[in-house]
Order: sequence, then structure tokens, then C-alpha cells
Amino acid sequence: MYSKGLAPLAAATAVTITTAFTLVFFYAPNDADQGFIQKIFYVHVPMAIVALGGFVAGGVFAIKHLRSGDSSWDLRSYVAIHLSIILGVGVLATGAIWAKASWGHWWVWDEPVLVSFLVVFLLYCVYYPLRFSIEDPGRQARYSSVFAIAAGAFVPLNFVAVRMAESFTHPRVLSQTGGDLPGDMRLTFLVSLLGMVLLFVTLWKLELTAKHASMQLKKLRNRARVAA
Amino acid sequence: MPALPLDEAGKYVAGAYVVFVALILVYVAIIGTKIARIEREISAIVAAEEDE
Amino acid sequence: MIAAARTILRKDLLIEWRTKESVPAMVLFSITVYVLFHFGLDRDSLDGELASGVLWVTLLLAAVIGVSRLFAAEREQGGIDGLLLSPVDRTALFVAKAVALFLFLTAVELVAVPAFGLLLLGPGLGGAFPELLAVLALGNLGVAAVGALVSALAAETRAHELIVPILLLPLLVPVLIACAQATEPLFRQEAGPEDLGRWLGLLTLYDVVFVFLSVAVFDFLLED
Repeated sequence: MYSKGLAPLAAATAVTITTAFTLVFFYAPNDADQGFIQKIFYVHVPMAIVALGGFVAGGVFAIKHLRSGDSSWDLRSYVAIHLSIILGVGVLATGAIWAKASWGHWWVWDEPVLVSFLVVFLLYCVYYPLRFSIEDPGRQARYSSVFAIAAGAFVPLNFVAVRMAESFTHPRVLSQTGGDLPGDMRLTFLVSLLGMVLLFVTLWKLELTAKHASMQLKKLRNRARVAA
Repeated sequence: MPALPLDEAGKYVAGAYVVFVALILVYVAIIGTKIARIEREISAIVAAEEDE
Repeated sequence: MIAAARTILRKDLLIEWRTKESVPAMVLFSITVYVLFHFGLDRDSLDGELASGVLWVTLLLAAVIGVSRLFAAEREQGGIDGLLLSPVDRTALFVAKAVALFLFLTAVELVAVPAFGLLLLGPGLGGAFPELLAVLALGNLGVAAVGALVSALAAETRAHELIVPILLLPLLVPVLIACAQATEPLFRQEAGPEDLGRWLGLLTLYDVVFVFLSVAVFDFLLED
């Protein structure tokens, strides 16, 4: 049920990401200010955008879960958040590499997106201890959904707040989020973003399928045990 | 002008892309072990059914 | 709903008044943290952004203690199950707990803020009034709403004392940013508000979002 369309999706992901990498290294020009370093931007920013989108999606699935009581929504929410946290590690790692290459430090407070991402990441790391310290499965799912909704609403608020703060202490150094990119860079960025979105959905479906199968198996096993 | 000489810059860029690919591969490996476990359990159930 | 909320609130305030558990501890904690900052920063007096940061971080950390204790009475006397079984309107429960937390925070600040002025603040508190009150009020509202939500979320987990700090503090980062930035010009030698409107606006937005959100989701907590 969850694996419907998984194979073509995975194929599309592979094609898009390969195209994106090709564009990044053979088509997009070197940035006038940062040079070759700027290529990190094509993997770092799409990861950040997709991770944040994943967190918000987790919140939306959580709302659906609470309204319908259907636990499959909770599973979707959990996997979306779980994947976004993993992507979040990637965002922070590639962000640190970019900071080191550009400014010589492994961390800078200048980039409001990166800083706000750190706060969001710290918040979502609490999802696991919160979830797994509640034993009753119904309650666990409900409380996780409440968390996902609160945290999902928090993401944009936090971004606004950090942006406001940083613009006072550090004038915006980088504005590479696609607004004023030249055409060939923009195309490369958009393809990279699309590839990242497809990757997220593919991995999401993959994990949903595996988890669902595992849960079905547990049910089967329990039934077999009862019958025996 | 690039902030660093090209070969040094290349190392950082490569590092970032390696992180990305490594994350995907680690994730696939985790899902892979999960599927392996599912397969083992299914075999166990099938074996139990055949014994009855 | 109002009547139910008032009943629960009165009970909580009475318990706190009799046992004096949370508020004095939070006050003591705040003053201790000021002393820590004195030694840690090796400074006799602070002004501007340093003063602002120390004050708000201290208040936020004290708030964590208050949030941890918010459902303590119910938990310790086994009252949580009683609460779950009774047909208490969850919204009333949220309102009561949030108002209680707001009042506790205000009580703590009545001592902790003057203490800060005495111990660490160079320019003195005079220049910061009355804007400081507006910041405190809006900040407390945000902390109260989010604190009540977090307290309920963590109430039934096994490790709630560990979960509350790491859950509450990231959620309060926007409040910290807004409060610290708003009071920074108020704590300077030549005190005067600057851009106060935008930070109060951020606080108001945060408060509105989280009050409505908490009321909406609270029904799904503490139910069986």
C-alpha cells in the first residue's frame, strides 16, 4: 500500500540527481565572489529547504492524525520528521564545511538560515526521547502529534525571529537563496532542489513500506502465537 | 576571485557532496537491515506453519 | 469553562501559597545564577546587550524550573488519573495552568528583576521603565502558554525532568531574541527604547500563535 509508485519514483530521483550533479559541475558557472566553494550551495540549500518542508509536513500529517485518529497518519508524520532530522545533520555538516571554506571557521553566526536551522534541529532532536519515553502506543502517537504540530508552527516563527536578530548584529552577508541568481545558476539550483524533494519522497515511501511491513509482521506473529 | 586556491576549494566542495552521498547510503543500509530482518521473520513464520 | 478554570487555578495558587515550593526556589535560583554570571564573566556591572542577555537567560532558566513543577501536584498525589477521569474541559485546564505559570513568573520577577538591578546592572533600572514592563508582560505570556503545553507534553513521560528543559528552551528562542533585543537599549547608560515596536510585535505574534495552538491541541493531551 505504501510502496505504490516507489520504483518509478526512485528512478526519477536517480535521473534528477544525476542531472543535477552534472549541471553543478559542468554547466553552472563559478560564482564571481566565492568561486568554486559556491558549488556547496547546490547541495546545502536544497537539503535545508527540504528538511524544513519535511518538518512542516510532519506537522500537517500530525494534524490529520489527531483529527482522524488514524494511526497511519502518525506513521507518516514520524517518518517525515525522522528523515528531516537526518537531512538536518547533513545541512549542519555541509553548512559547517561551507563556513570553513568561506570564512575559515567551522561555524558562523552570520547566516540566519543556518542559525535558525540549528535551533530547529535541537528542538526536533527531542522528538525521539519524548516519543520513546511514553509507553502506551495510543498516547505515544497522540503526544508525538502534538509535538509535531507545535514544532511545525515554531519553524517559521523561529526563522523570522532569528532573521530579525541577525540583521541587527550582522548585516546579511549571503543572499543566495535563489532570488537574484543568474539564469544558468538558477536552473541548476532548481534541478538540485527537485532532486532533493524526489529523494525525500522516495526515502520516505521506502521507510514507510519497511515499517508498515514490520508492523504487519508483528500482527501476524502475535496471531500465530495466539492460535498455537 | 575564488576565496581559496582551486585545489583546496575542491576538497571542501567534495567533502560536502561526500557527506550528502554518505547520508543517503547509511540510510539505505539501515533500511536494508530492516528488510533483512523482516525476511528472516517471514521465513520463521512460514517454517512454523509448515510444521503444523 | 471559566468557572472550571478558576477552580483549578485557585487550587494551584493555594497549594503554592501553602507549600511555597516553586516560586521561592525560582527566585533563589535566579539570584544564584546572577552570582554565577558575576564569577563566570568576571564583571562587576553589566550594561547594554550583556546585561540584557544575562537577565533574560536567567529568567528563562528559572522558568524551566517552574514549568517542570507545573503538574507536579497532580503527579505526586496521583491526581493526574483523577483529572483524566473527571470530565474537566481540557481548555479550562490549559487556561488555569497557563495563568498559574504567568502569575508565578510575575511573582519571581518582582524579586529577580530588582535583584538584577542591584547586583549586576550598571545603569540602574530607572531608565528601563515602563518599557520593561511591556516586554516582561508579553514575554511572560509566551512562556506561560508554551510552558503549560510543554509541561503537559512531558507530564506522563518517564523522564520528564530531562525532557522539559530540552523541549522548552529551543521553543523559547524567539522569546529570548525579542526580549533581549528589546531591553538591550533600555539597559544602556543613556537608556531609551529603540525599535521596541518590532520586538513587541514579534512577541505578540509568538503569543498569539502559541496561545491558539496550545488551546487547540490541549484536548489531545492528558486524556484516556
